[in-house]
Amino acid sequence: MKLSKRPMITLAVVALLNLFVAVIAPNDETVIKIATDEDFFKLADIPVAVSLVAWICASVSLAAALAGVLLHFVAKRRLPGVLTALGFLAFAFTSVVYLYNGNDLTLTSLLQGSLALSVPLIFGSMAGVLSERVGVVNIAIEGQLLFGAFTSAMIASMTHNLWAGLVGALVGGALVAWILAVFSIRYKVDQIITGVVVNMLVAGLTNFLFGTLMGSDPVTFNQPPRFEKVTLPLLGQIPVIGQVLFNQTPIIYIMYLALIVVFVALFKTRWGLRVRAVGEYPKAADTVGINVFRTRYVSVVLGGALAGLGGSFFTLGQVGSFGQNITHGAGYIALAALIFGRWNPLLAASAALLFGFSQNLQYGLAIIGSPLPSEFLLMLPYALTVIAVAGLVGKVTGPAAAGKPYTKE
Amino acid sequence: MSTVTETKNKMNWQQLVRGNALIPVLAVLTSLIVGGILIALSSQDVLDAAPNIFSDPATFFSSLGNSIFGAYDALFRGSVFNYQADDVFKMFKPITETLAFATPITLTGLALAISFRSGLFNIGGTSQIIFGAIFAGWVGIYVDLPFYIHLPLAIIAGVIGGALVGGLVGLLKATTGANEVIVTIMFNYIAGLLLTFFLKTFMKAPNTVNPISPAVHDSAKYPLLFGVNTRLTVGFFLMIAAVVFVWWLMNRSSVGFKFRALGHNPRAARVAGINMGLTYVAVMAVSGALAGLAGTTQILGTEQHLTVGVSASFGIDAITVALLGRSNPWGVLAAGILFGGLRAGAATMQAEQGVPVDIVLVVQSMIVLFIAAPPLVRAMFRLGKEAKNEAF
Repeated sequence: MKLSKRPMITLAVVALLNLFVAVIAPNDETVIKIATDEDFFKLADIPVAVSLVAWICASVSLAAALAGVLLHFVAKRRLPGVLTALGFLAFAFTSVVYLYNGNDLTLTSLLQGSLALSVPLIFGSMAGVLSERVGVVNIAIEGQLLFGAFTSAMIASMTHNLWAGLVGALVGGALVAWILAVFSIRYKVDQIITGVVVNMLVAGLTNFLFGTLMGSDPVTFNQPPRFEKVTLPLLGQIPVIGQVLFNQTPIIYIMYLALIVVFVALFKTRWGLRVRAVGEYPKAADTVGINVFRTRYVSVVLGGALAGLGGSFFTLGQVGSFGQNITHGAGYIALAALIFGRWNPLLAASAALLFGFSQNLQYGLAIIGSPLPSEFLLMLPYALTVIAVAGLVGKVTGPAAAGKPYTKE
Repeated sequence: MSTVTETKNKMNWQQLVRGNALIPVLAVLTSLIVGGILIALSSQDVLDAAPNIFSDPATFFSSLGNSIFGAYDALFRGSVFNYQADDVFKMFKPITETLAFATPITLTGLALAISFRSGLFNIGGTSQIIFGAIFAGWVGIYVDLPFYIHLPLAIIAGVIGGALVGGLVGLLKATTGANEVIVTIMFNYIAGLLLTFFLKTFMKAPNTVNPISPAVHDSAKYPLLFGVNTRLTVGFFLMIAAVVFVWWLMNRSSVGFKFRALGHNPRAARVAGINMGLTYVAVMAVSGALAGLAGTTQILGTEQHLTVGVSASFGIDAITVALLGRSNPWGVLAAGILFGGLRAGAATMQAEQGVPVDIVLVVQSMIVLFIAAPPLVRAMFRLGKEAKNEAF
């Protein structure tokens, strides 16, 4: 097979861009603030010279690009993902420091906000992984998130119980996934069509019920309690990391757990092997006695339940009530993270974190009055995904049987 | 003699039931019924009467009937014929509203229908409408020309705008193999954000803080067909012309043959010497051009100012329209008018009965789900199994 030049070229372009920023970077200092008032250990602020950071990062990026060129032409090997990630991360760091030029960069709040924005994306991408790995393309992540947000708010509001709300989110997300499953597995309707239409259905239904049911009696139906932050003992005391990762609402702790479980289940258990077999080559799986239909139903519905939980983060974790179209297309960014993360739950979660970071960066930049229009940062996940599917950062191939309905002979 | 007609009648009925002709009708009917149930369940009168269902069933059922009838009556009066209006003009105004909504919906539906039949899944109607509107709006707002040149020029600009975005998707697919579904979804968001950026910067109207452009010059507006207070423009005839054009393109032209060959069997198409890459670009460009035309009917017709909401939900509506119309231009026209009617009527339904317009989305998506799964509809109406090809 011919070795694609594209990843190498992309890496070189990123390095050149990084170099460009280094050349134009001023000699101002950006102060990276690490400590917050709640910290147990106080760390000192770090002032960094913008141009110095840019030059260091540019060298790293150039080195990565050089290594890429050598690997391609001399060793004739495919570029490892680490190299690409290194080049991109160096450029990202340069950009952030450059954009904050001369201002205080409060690391903890920047990262906290990024994690909060990533939570629904991570849950959503897990739903995508479970669904697509078993061979069902999941465009309906958006619908699963939205319905999870709706049911969790409604049930938590009616029962005044947050945990009942979470169960409602699980059931709501699973229900939407079940519709996707029935139409794409049983009735063999094109999975993309089903996904798009299911999203429409959920958007219409939740908007309708928001206008009628919740509108007429918001106290009963749309005033759920909200999760409080819980600081984990010990872990929560670590500077920066503790504040960002372990001083959060329970939904986020459930997310960590779910990520580990999904990863282990998919790649280390017999069930996961079956799921992946069904997603790659259902006929072979069927031949050795795996029930293709049941495996698909179970995996898709489990994924939907997880996405439902992600939806509950909007209502029970953040806003405290349901609003029209509260997910704002997060499901599609989750889809992007899934593709960018190559159908691997951990990589997808990393991509989701990156996207959450780029989304959150715009708020930080707006506060310091950066001239960079917020639209371009918001565009980043979508643009990066186009770049990824165009093969510019290495080959992106999904499960072989994804999108194809299976017919038992 | 009579037995012959009888058998013939029976055969027709058999064909109707066992074939797929009945499915769309049943799908629409079922969805409207489910929509009615939703309306009833959310009506305050019905909810108030529900606790007394056993002691006072009459009130319950009359309020149930009233809420459903009231909603669908408003839907009818808002979309077809308003028998309650005081003059003839107002009586017929609803149908012009329906056709005004149907114009961009059908055009975008045609755009997607072409791509579906060519085996490409273009979900990017939204981005192509937006770029059509940006290009057409640019010419319409910032260029000053006499009517006979200005309007055509603005329309052509819009068509080019849509074709460029669509063509880019085709180009990416042809050169890198990028999946068009993913690319078009991402393009929808990118286009929306670019539009917001333009409206905040160099296309922003002076003297306002809102992201809105100045108005299009009068010389670049589609003339209204029935004067002020209506929204139906000459764009409607362009839409009809587009239906005929798509029919000719897909069914009579050699280009259309290549498109369909690609959709039917890409491998055979390549072996037959069809340039795959070029055809991908061509399909997506033509598809984008039609959606761009839909964008012009928005900006140069009904909207006249460029706003973030210029594409409304037409990009997504169009997916359902293309599916309901089975990607056949005449079917798309019928589906477009049906959904245009739902849109127009929903506005009245909301104003008069307090039923949120979103009920249309629910009905629309259920129609498509039912149509996509004939066995489900057959099972619901106990129609029996679909007839297998009995020639063998």
